[in-house]
Formats: sequence, structure tokens, C-alpha cells
Amino acid sequence: MKKLLIGLGFALGLPVILIALWWIGTIVSPSFFVPTPPELVVTFFETWIGPRIWVDVLPSIGRFLAGVTIAIVLGIVLGMLVGLNQTLRSFTEPVFEFFRALPPPVLIPVLLLLFGTTDWMKIGIIALAAIWPVLLNTVEGVRAADSVQSDTSRSYGISGFNRVRYQVLPSASPQIFAGVRQSLPIGLMLMIISEMFASSSGLGFSVIQFQRRFAIPEMWSGILVLGLLGVAVAAIFRFVERRVLRWYHRLKDLENAA
Amino acid sequence: MQPETQTPLDTVSYGRTLPPEETLLSVRNLKKVYHTDGGDIEAVRNLTFDLGKNELTCLVGPSGSGKTTLLKCIAGLLEPTSGQVVLDGKEVTAPPKKMAVVFQEYGRSLFPWLRVAENVELPLKNAGMSKAERAPLVAEALENVGLGHVPKSYPWQLSGGMQQRVAIARAIAYQPEVLLMDEPFAAVDAQTRADLEDLVRKVRKDLGISVLFVTHDIDESVYLAERVIMLSSSPTVVQEDLVVDLPAERDQLETRALPRFTELRHHVYEQIQLAKRGFRSDAVVIDE
Repeated sequence: MKKLLIGLGFALGLPVILIALWWIGTIVSPSFFVPTPPELVVTFFETWIGPRIWVDVLPSIGRFLAGVTIAIVLGIVLGMLVGLNQTLRSFTEPVFEFFRALPPPVLIPVLLLLFGTTDWMKIGIIALAAIWPVLLNTVEGVRAADSVQSDTSRSYGISGFNRVRYQVLPSASPQIFAGVRQSLPIGLMLMIISEMFASSSGLGFSVIQFQRRFAIPEMWSGILVLGLLGVAVAAIFRFVERRVLRWYHRLKDLENAA
Repeated sequence: MQPETQTPLDTVSYGRTLPPEETLLSVRNLKKVYHTDGGDIEAVRNLTFDLGKNELTCLVGPSGSGKTTLLKCIAGLLEPTSGQVVLDGKEVTAPPKKMAVVFQEYGRSLFPWLRVAENVELPLKNAGMSKAERAPLVAEALENVGLGHVPKSYPWQLSGGMQQRVAIARAIAYQPEVLLMDEPFAAVDAQTRADLEDLVRKVRKDLGISVLFVTHDIDESVYLAERVIMLSSSPTVVQEDLVVDLPAERDQLETRALPRFTELRHHVYEQIQLAKRGFRSDAVVIDE
């Protein structure tokens, strides 16, 4: 119990200090552009608890989930194919390098022309930006497959799809998760940017709208929503990763202890 | 000093071949050349020998004598440059169903994301065997190696010796006719090693399978085997093929204390020393 309280104290310490400083700041020198903490909290509930959940928040989350799901699935499938095939690897490497180096937001105008301001355009942008870490990490993970593990598979007749399922995929899973971890914030970022560019709803659109209408506390509350969304995404990721890679973390703990 | 020999050693300076009805595995004129950027490396020059049914044979040779290369060729994991390996009358071109391999690196051969029983079960699951058929085989194999109590553990939670037992259980659950073992006990401590040696003899006897056991340990080879094939240094040929005429019931203390054991061990040791110095049984053969 005492341990828990101390832990909680450490976790909340810095946020409390920062909020206190901000509060003091708004009292000492009030500004039209910076709301006080109570103001922000009140605005937050007024603005977001209500129809906006359906109009702005959930559609944004939906596009984000659709985009990163496509990125993860496609990234793993393509990564497996490329990682397992030397010829395909040399064939695709230069293209991958190019697309990875390209900042994804510059594709928004292009996709906008091709698809218009549809949901698919935004989902496409998110997927296109978030796929690279997953894809490249999967390729690396597959290539790093242990030679003795592979010999074992072969000697027991585990080949083709079964080898991917029973050996290659699980052995690459720590790398794949590392890729997913990187791709999630990228997906979130592109969700917002694509909505700022070309949308009539969504979180990114709302923040820009509030700013243009000088609805300053509302604008800040939108940023708060995005921050909370990011925290939630990271927490869900950690939960899933801890479960799927339990063997890996325990193995690493054991190795570090030895 | 050579101890006084009561019985002459049953040994020949080439690999023995057997009549077809006694033969399980044949290696014929096996040659393996690695093509590298720095030129060709001839790892195995010419190997011919047979492995009999229900026989435990050890391959010994100085380090770097291409033992692992040979074993991988036999296992169908490497393609020989020329010559052939025949198992049960069929040429080996890919890993055969009737063969299981136990690797030296147990830590890398067992899948760390699977529990002990799941590791043992995987080859059977892959072969499409039903759960009801798999379960008794897995339980029996684990029981056989003395690991019936840890099916739910992960391999990396076990000691090295126990991990290698898991690998052996996986091999025997697969129900092979030949078990290939590549220096399986090189990485475990001496006491564990003695237990594992006895385990291999027991498993061989209980299941009636043939074992080809690669080792660099001379004592181990004489203690385990009915026959020891000594290899020359690389490029490898058979240096000598020795019958180990020790009693079938082996015991770590009794057997190792027998004068015959010392004699055989002495002989193998001498041959390996010769091999290290570059003596070759094929040295007299001039360009065929």
C-alpha cells in the first residue's frame, strides 16, 4: 500500500507541479490566449461530452484505427514476403528507401486530387505513413531468424506457411512490436494533419476551426483530447504487447539477472 | 605406453559397409566442397560407411574435421557436392521423415516462445497429427527423458542439461528410425553429461532406434558406442572404423574402469592425435 502511494506520488508529481506553475502563470499575467486550468476543464467537458463525440471524436478514432490496422497487417505480410526472399529484397530495397525518406504529409495533396476529401484518402495517408516502421522492422526480424531454429524447422519438416506461422512470425514478433510502437504515433500525427488539411469533421479539423474562431479554451481542450487519445493508444499497445510477448520479456529479465 | 593387448582390436582403416538387409543408412563417396569468395574449401573429401539397424555409432574427429558438415549432409540440411546418403533404400535429398536431429545449441534449437510440451508437440502438430494422438506421445517422450513434471515450463527456465533433454524428447516423440546428434552434450557440465549419456543409451535400447552421435570427446565415444568411426582432419576421410566390444550394459563407474575401455580409449586417442598431425588413411592413394 505504502509502495503504491509512493509510486503514485512519483507518477503524478511532475504533472501536478506543471499544472500549478501554469495556474500561477495565468493568475499573475492573465492572457486571452491561455485559459486557466479550471476554465479548461469546464470547457473540456462542455465541448467534448455531447454530440461532438459522434461527429468529431469517434470518426477520427475510426480513421486512425482503420489506417494503422491496414498499415500493421500489410506491413507484416509484405515484410514477411520481402524478408524471406532475397531477390524480392534487392528488388524492393531502393523503392522502400525512397518512400521511407519521403515525409508523408507531402502526399496529402496528391491523394487529395486522386481521392478527394473522402475518409479513404485520410485512411490511406495514415496507412501509407504508418506502414514503414512495421514493414522495415518485420523484414529485419525475419532476416535475423536464428539459423539453428531454421535448421530445426527444416529437419522436422516444418516448411512453407507452417514455418512462417510456427517459427518465423513468433521469432520476429519482438521486432514487429517495436515497429508497431513507432508507427502508432505516426498514424496519430497523420490523422490530425489530414483532418487539418481536408476535412469538415474530426479532431484536427475542430482544433483548427476553434483557432480560426478565436474559441481559445475550446482549441486548448481539443489538444487535451488528442493528448489523452495518444496516452490511451500507448496504454493499449503496452497491454497487448505485455501479453503477446510475455515469454520474451521474461526471457530478457532472466538473461539480465544472470 | 600401450597397455598389453589381450584381444586384438577389431578395426579397419576405412568405413565399414554392411549387407543391405542390415543397413539402415548408407553414406557413399560423400564429398562436400564449400564455394566461397576466397576459393573452394573442401570440407569432406570422400566418406563411405553404413549405419546398421539399432546401432549406436559415434563419429569422432579432431575439431574442424567437418563433423557437423557431414551430419548436416546426412540430415538432408546440406546438399553434398557429390556422393549420396541413402536411408532405408531412399536417397536423402531433403530432411527425411524418419530422421530427427538433436543440435548442440539446445538454447537456439528449442523455440523460446513455446512451453516444454509445446516444443515437443510442434513437429507432430505440423505433421497434421490430431490432438488426441499427440498428447500421449508428448507425455511419454517427456516421461522417457525424466521431464514429466515440467511440461508447462518454458525451456529457458530450465538448466542446460534439462533443455537438452527437452530436445531429445522432441526428437523421440517424432518417432524417428535414426537419431542424429551433433555434439549434443558439449555445452553441459560433466555430471549432467554422464546422466545424459546414460539417457541416450536407455532411449536407444527402449525404442530400438539407430543413433549416430557426433562428438569430439574420446571417452564419450567409447563409452556410448558399439562402433566408433574416426575421421581424419579436413578434408575428411574415414581414418578408422573400430568395433567397441564392451558389454551391452554400460555403467559410468564399472565400464569406464574396465581394462578394455582403457585400451579402446587409448587407441582412439592415438588415432585422433595422428589425425591432428595430418596422418591420413588415404595418403597412400595417389590420384585415382
